[in-house]
Amino acid sequence: MEALSIEGTAKTPSVKFDGQEGVIEIKGRSIPENSIEFYKPLVEWLEQYSGTPLDLTQVNVQLEYFNTSSSKCILDVFKKLETIHKGKSEVIINWYYEEDDEDMLEAGEDYESIIRVPFKMIEIVE
Amino acid sequence: MSFDINEYYSRLNGGDVLIAFKGSISSELISNVLEVVESKMDEYSESSKIRKKVYNVLVESLQNLYHHIEVLPEAMQKDYGDKFGILVVSRHNDRYKISTGNFIGHDKVDVLRNKIDKINSMSKDELKDMYKFILNHQRLSEKGGGGLGLVDIARKTGNPLDYTFEKFDDTYYFFNLDVSIEFV
Repeated sequence: MEALSIEGTAKTPSVKFDGQEGVIEIKGRSIPENSIEFYKPLVEWLEQYSGTPLDLTQVNVQLEYFNTSSSKCILDVFKKLETIHKGKSEVIINWYYEEDDEDMLEAGEDYESIIRVPFKMIEIVE
Repeated sequence: MSFDINEYYSRLNGGDVLIAFKGSISSELISNVLEVVESKMDEYSESSKIRKKVYNVLVESLQNLYHHIEVLPEAMQKDYGDKFGILVVSRHNDRYKISTGNFIGHDKVDVLRNKIDKINSMSKDELKDMYKFILNHQRLSEKGGGGLGLVDIARKTGNPLDYTFEKFDDTYYFFNLDVSIEFV
């Protein structure tokens, strides 16, 4: 299936969903006033990918900031990944946070406690 | 005499003011404010921890205004525009302070007051549980608001939400919210 690629802006993250490689990336800032519109194609892409996923899907989430409007949409993305993980495919979510950014680490742990997919917390040291 | 917004606005301008704004709260305004505050914090060489907290809380404060602001009746629009809000970000010896103000209908005051009082009475762990519950169980509104903004602000700052409701006229109160982010 076709890859999904979106350039980042001041308020939205860059997105690279690659079905051939089984790699899904969300990076940057996610602070739009209304996040539903932005995240809709991401959830739809995953819906399609969940039909024929690779044996292993690696998810890299590296956010500098995200607002509470995005937090629900990110949960929707993770719920789709949970469905894929419940099937035959293995999913790993790599949650990146900058050194000392306890709030971002805690946000990752919040998701980890809600979503039944293995998380790896990765500290970025400058 | 009704609540004097201009007097209140000038009272907020204490400490080093990074930005002070009163007028219509639009998406573009939010982008501009974030850019200005980010570059001013660079000038102060704030630690990345403080920069991140202030930025996060500022995003939520502004977007709370954006999502919940009352569309004012025409008679008031002459003086205040259609989506009137106030924002002041100031730097003090021991903290940053983010103050926001907006009109709120009389009928909505009790609900908001109860919500804030409840948040203020909660421990860090209780706030975490509340955040996760709302995240997992409440759907986003059409405008994209999720009812998580105030809980998130309380969690990130670790401080109570300081607020007042001042009677403006028979329809509106003026709601003022002060949020502090202390240097650690």
